[in-house]
Amino acid sequence: MGISISNISKSYKNVKALQDISFEVKPNELFGLIGPDGAGKTTLFRILTTLLFPDHGTATVAGFDVVGDYKEIRKNVGYMPGRFSLYQDLTVEENLNFFATIFGTTIDENYDLIKDIYVQIEPFKDRRAGKLSGGMKQKLALSCALIHKPKVLFLDEPTTGVDPVSRKEFWEMLKRLQQKGITILVSTPYMDEAALCDRVALIQDGRILQIDTPKAIVKHYPKPIYNVRSDNMYQLITNLKDYEFNHSVYPFGEFVHYTDSRTDFNPTELQHYLESKNLKNIEIHETDATIEDTFMELAK
Amino acid sequence: MKRFIGFIKKEFYHIFRDRRSLFILFGMPIAQILLFGFAITNEINNVDIAILDHSKDNTTEEIINKIAASKYFSIKQMITREADIASVFQKGQVKAVLNFEKDFSKNLIKDHKATIQVITDATDPNTANTITNYINAILQQYQKELNKDIIIAYQILPQTRMVYNPELKSVYMFVPGVMTIILMLVSAMMTSISITREKELGTMEILLVSPLRPFQVIIGKVVPYIFLSIINAVVIVMLSIFIFNMPVQGSLILLGLESVLFIITSLALGILISTISATQQTAMMISLMGLMLPVILLSGFIFPISSMPMPLQIISNIIPAKWFIIILKAIMLKGVGMQFIWKETLILLGMTVFFIALSVKKYKIRLE
Amino acid sequence: MRFPLSWEMNMQNNNVIQVEGLTKMFGDFTAVDAITFDVKKGEIFGFLGANGAGKTTAIKMLIGISNPTSGKATVAGFDVLTNPNDIKRNIGYMSQRFALYDDLTVKENITFFGGIYGLSRKRIKEKSEALIKELGLENVASQLVGSLPLGWKQKLSFSVALIHDPKIVFLDEPTGAVDPITRRQFWEMIYKAANQDTTVFVTTHYMDEAEYCDRVSIMVDGKIEALDTPMKLKEQFQAESMNDVFLKLARG
Repeated sequence: MGISISNISKSYKNVKALQDISFEVKPNELFGLIGPDGAGKTTLFRILTTLLFPDHGTATVAGFDVVGDYKEIRKNVGYMPGRFSLYQDLTVEENLNFFATIFGTTIDENYDLIKDIYVQIEPFKDRRAGKLSGGMKQKLALSCALIHKPKVLFLDEPTTGVDPVSRKEFWEMLKRLQQKGITILVSTPYMDEAALCDRVALIQDGRILQIDTPKAIVKHYPKPIYNVRSDNMYQLITNLKDYEFNHSVYPFGEFVHYTDSRTDFNPTELQHYLESKNLKNIEIHETDATIEDTFMELAK
Repeated sequence: MKRFIGFIKKEFYHIFRDRRSLFILFGMPIAQILLFGFAITNEINNVDIAILDHSKDNTTEEIINKIAASKYFSIKQMITREADIASVFQKGQVKAVLNFEKDFSKNLIKDHKATIQVITDATDPNTANTITNYINAILQQYQKELNKDIIIAYQILPQTRMVYNPELKSVYMFVPGVMTIILMLVSAMMTSISITREKELGTMEILLVSPLRPFQVIIGKVVPYIFLSIINAVVIVMLSIFIFNMPVQGSLILLGLESVLFIITSLALGILISTISATQQTAMMISLMGLMLPVILLSGFIFPISSMPMPLQIISNIIPAKWFIIILKAIMLKGVGMQFIWKETLILLGMTVFFIALSVKKYKIRLE
Repeated sequence: MRFPLSWEMNMQNNNVIQVEGLTKMFGDFTAVDAITFDVKKGEIFGFLGANGAGKTTAIKMLIGISNPTSGKATVAGFDVLTNPNDIKRNIGYMSQRFALYDDLTVKENITFFGGIYGLSRKRIKEKSEALIKELGLENVASQLVGSLPLGWKQKLSFSVALIHDPKIVFLDEPTGAVDPITRRQFWEMIYKAANQDTTVFVTTHYMDEAEYCDRVSIMVDGKIEALDTPMKLKEQFQAESMNDVFLKLARG
């Protein structure tokens, strides 16, 4: 009941949207596809949900081929496209009812599955979907995608445009759905959400950079990373970039993440260099790599 | 079947919750019919004219009185010099000037011939033309009365009188055209917009990734508009019968059936438009430019096809509206039955089958 | 608030934005509830809040397109109530939704935006050349903006927002979902602008963007519930990240 993708490629005119993508999503896995806008996430989702043909390669979803068995797939998957595709002029309840009807089911029949999510928006069930907040739209769209009890759930950027509280709740909901035996493929441009998946694939420019568990991915990071800060961020970045031994210099919140090209790097040396550039309140200490660091290192 | 009914129910929610489309659906037919019926008309009423009478005799006085007595003209000014003609036009006070020659009565009796110059403001050529024709009609009427007592060799041409018969209401000519436009607009534009809206919202993606078959989606989109268009057709016919006292000569059942055929033609066109446009805006533009303009300009609704240049006459044949207008006029005004319009009906039917086949072929079960 | 020492001094000339008791009511609903804060010259100020917290309403008042119900605010030294037009001349604005015209070329966009801010033709030409060179867009200067990658567009629209050397630039969710490297390049541009004394006012509801700001205010239901440096806020709320700070605030 998982997903299997082998050597999928897809181009639009002269843009290579996907280049030789292969990976497996195990049954009942919560799998994240992490990458920025334009990385090819939506194209891959559309191929897997039978909306687009791949140029090359094959893929199966819940055991069905995405080209040959498209009708079976359409019965067995739930799909939540980006931008919460709902009928804005229909109420919450009417939207849900409509999607239940076209899948040949009713709200009552599968209420168990969506109950957790739907109770949160039920007080607003007579409100038009267009008048809901981002978080509520997201919950309604998820309910609609689940109403026919799909075996595999595709969620394309479900947390884009949603506030942190709703984002957190949404991931908690996904965890609960996973426990009910649903295989979930979710895409997101936010690197910090990678940690919430069982496994992730990092994708950029139509290529997979790496696939592994979030913990293993950061362990692949080849160098020690140092958090550096001072009283003047702009000068700090400029000076670090001018430093002849730098391997990478990236602003990272209040700090700059610095890696050195030498194996025997001594932070004190860097400290002296920065002091010589008249920077004050310099702090340098080692820190753990994040998914984002890994992503940038791989994409470099 | 339950899926299908659910789908149609949803379509009706969309229609009734969108005030704009509701207005287009039900406000437009009424507004258009009233507009064409009352405002845009070939009839004239109380047109201001000036008179320059060089003879001031009995005959001219009688003619002037006749003109003044008609409801079409009101005499605004009597002028005395040729030079004033230009100035009254320039001031925009009158639309026409009647210039009676000197010794009008005398000439008429002596030579059986007298001249009136009718000068009209041709900035609006249609009105100018109509005014000239109306004045001619009045003059001929007068001439006829004069000739009653005298035995004379020739008669006034009766044709002229018929064509410019003041009783002929232009609204009768407009109803078939307006009905065609409305049915086209509602059916083609509204369906194409409602399909492209789902594309824009992204809900089309979900519908595609569902067990609903493509033809179910299409028919589900179309059925509500068939109903609404039929209601519109009925409203238009009722308005023309009860407000403009337009007699429908032919069979109402035939009229209804032909209308349903044309509605289906337009819906097929609407679906075709939606398959080639990605946004509501494009669908609207294509509907307006690609459908409305040809219907107005090339269908014979406003400009007679016979007076168009040859290439346009040929093009007009591929416009479904042309055939529907011929059918409507035949049924409504001439009161003929199927035996006279089977050819047009067949052409329309052929077009419908073609458009449906084409749009089913073009409608994709996938996104590309 | 928290900066008793510098307050007096800042009051005089160093604050480019000064807001006191700013309130906006829509009927009975208080969208912005007596907010008070100030932003220093060259500061990167994060203005955070969930959707519907009142951020947009507050900013509309600050850029002079909406009148406050009560309270006072000066932006770039001008009163929002009496001199909104002077404010508009002294600020730049970049939104994620609308930034540049996709159907104009890079050069045409720069020329257009330079033109609406009243730059002379000569100045536009200089600016345009400098800007294209700085962003490395020489090869695509005559291409339509629509054909550029998202990251390039964002960098270009930030530069365009700065074309008339505004005192303050307002950024609405500037870095969204671009790739992490482009995002850093974007922040480097922001740091550079701030280093040249341009104040940067960032609104966002993505908390990791907040980590980059000098100071951050968090709006909840029309009120500013927290205002400090990211580090101090994290200490105050005993949170690991700004995201956690926000979650703790929002959950009361």
